[in-house]
Amino acid sequence: VAAIRRILIANRGEIAARIIRTCRALGIETVLATSAADRDSMPARLADRTVCIGPPRSADSYLKIETIVHAALGVGAQAIHPGYGFLSERAGLARLCEEQGVTFIGPTAAQIEAVGDKLRARAEAQAADVPVVPGGAVDSAEAAVTLAEQIGPPFLVKAVGGGGGRGMKRVDRLEELPHALELASSEAGAAFGDARVYLERYVTRGRHVEVQVLGDGEGRVIHLGERDCSVQRRYQKLIEETPAPGLTGEFRGRILEAGVRFARRLDYRGAGTVEFLVDVERDAFYFLEMNARIQVEHPVTEAVTGVDLVAEQIAIAAGAGLRLQQEDIRPRGAAIECRVNAEDPARDFQPSPGRVSEVSWPSGPDIRVDTHIGSGSRIPPFYDSLMAKIIAHGPDRAAALERLREAVAATRIAGVATNLPFHARVLADAEFQAGAVDTGFVARLLTPRNSHG
Amino acid sequence: VTLTAKDVAEITRLLEESSFDELYLELDGVKLSLRRGGASSAPSPVARQSSVAEAGSAPAASAPAAPSVTPPAARPAERAVAASDADIHDVAAPLLGTFYRAPKPGAPPFVEVGSQVEEETIIGIIEVMKLMNTVRAGVRGRVTEILARDGVLVEYGETLLRVSKTG
Repeated sequence: VAAIRRILIANRGEIAARIIRTCRALGIETVLATSAADRDSMPARLADRTVCIGPPRSADSYLKIETIVHAALGVGAQAIHPGYGFLSERAGLARLCEEQGVTFIGPTAAQIEAVGDKLRARAEAQAADVPVVPGGAVDSAEAAVTLAEQIGPPFLVKAVGGGGGRGMKRVDRLEELPHALELASSEAGAAFGDARVYLERYVTRGRHVEVQVLGDGEGRVIHLGERDCSVQRRYQKLIEETPAPGLTGEFRGRILEAGVRFARRLDYRGAGTVEFLVDVERDAFYFLEMNARIQVEHPVTEAVTGVDLVAEQIAIAAGAGLRLQQEDIRPRGAAIECRVNAEDPARDFQPSPGRVSEVSWPSGPDIRVDTHIGSGSRIPPFYDSLMAKIIAHGPDRAAALERLREAVAATRIAGVATNLPFHARVLADAEFQAGAVDTGFVARLLTPRNSHG
Repeated sequence: VTLTAKDVAEITRLLEESSFDELYLELDGVKLSLRRGGASSAPSPVARQSSVAEAGSAPAASAPAAPSVTPPAARPAERAVAASDADIHDVAAPLLGTFYRAPKPGAPPFVEVGSQVEEETIIGIIEVMKLMNTVRAGVRGRVTEILARDGVLVEYGETLLRVSKTG
């Protein structure tokens, strides 16, 4: 196993800055692969070196597997950190790295493939004795109706190749199912190049709870607690926290165990997240999918466990194995994160790219801000609108929430519209303060109440 | 009252940080009007004071204002720069990869300093993971300088060589 002295970071934005910070602490050199639009970004200044990989459009730069690996070889980097998004869960990058002798900081190509295919992942979950949403693959209208009769309405038709809310259709009545399936299948074929669909029970009131895991790639897996990411708008997470509020110790233990079982079944290597849907009405949980990468919301886990997840990713990739035992993970207090996006809540959360003329981020002993934005930074229109993550930690949820409210109130951003007003509103909302909201919370909050309440 | 280039730069910065699109300032004998680059139907902003103009403040005044669009006030200066360099064309790497000056090791290079090139003339190869991409001059003229070294990683947009268009 070769030592990692120089890492090529194949990403941008706050996660690039985040990875650089840990590399610096570890004495590892960083080379940031940037598009032409990000040459003058904050991460580009923070990195030891940058290498321009292509024009602004992601398809011509951040998504070019061969270019990324060639760049890593060309600059003498022993490893590639893919961050999240972009190529992080593309088996092609992991495979080319394996072929070229470059260390991919993440799982194996085979593991990425296993969790990337929803039906395959579902089969792995069942094999690992992890509960899945009642349902299954359907290849004919007759099979769909038979299955639907067992499940009971409402139903959800999902594209095998979809994700992040794309390729999903709710069907309320059995009669509508054959037509909806046909439509979903042809849409999925056009959108994802994969016409396969499957049928699930639609969970009317669900919470999104996910388990952070670390695996050594040889069958040993530990968890670092769970995160609740139920504050979502159109399947985009906006606020995340740990621990998940309102779970009994017994329920929490079961969901954590299920996450570990799933990752262990794959001999998972590196950091990953097993996502579950908690069915509030049935007091049950079901496997949704596994994300084979570091996640946007990882800092809340770091805040309560004190573990640097990026450092553990690098250690595992370098062959040091799992340096932590399950007993070493002793979460302390609660942490909440909000994602500050350049999106205008007054205009239906439309992206608001541009130049940030002035910014003042909050600070304090229990406040962490992960960002790539300073005064004068540009938010190019080519990429996502995430500007920063503000994370507050406290001895309990109420304290963390209060600190986060203060931190959000203290944040000043001029030049672009942001969703800060939305965050202030959620953090002050009685239902959110009480905890354990379901994924319908944001939609209800944003829907103007009619006269009947 | 006179305005130095620094004053104008400072005023421009204040405008930029404000929520206004336009600023019109009149001091005895000095008239300064500034407009954001993004503001629509804007006549060219002008720094109407001879001492300021002579001090070469126009580029300083316009440089920080919304660099994503070309501020009209910056144009005269850019034209001046462009005029002197109009003859020289930088041939940039169209992609990241390893640059090769010759079709194979030991073969003569595609071009040397002094070579005449047409738009379609191949000037080198950029290899990405064993895939060879030919690079063409894209301009007609004479090679005056070769900056990229053989067998070395070039970045996207990096200048490979320079061509004089008048020969």
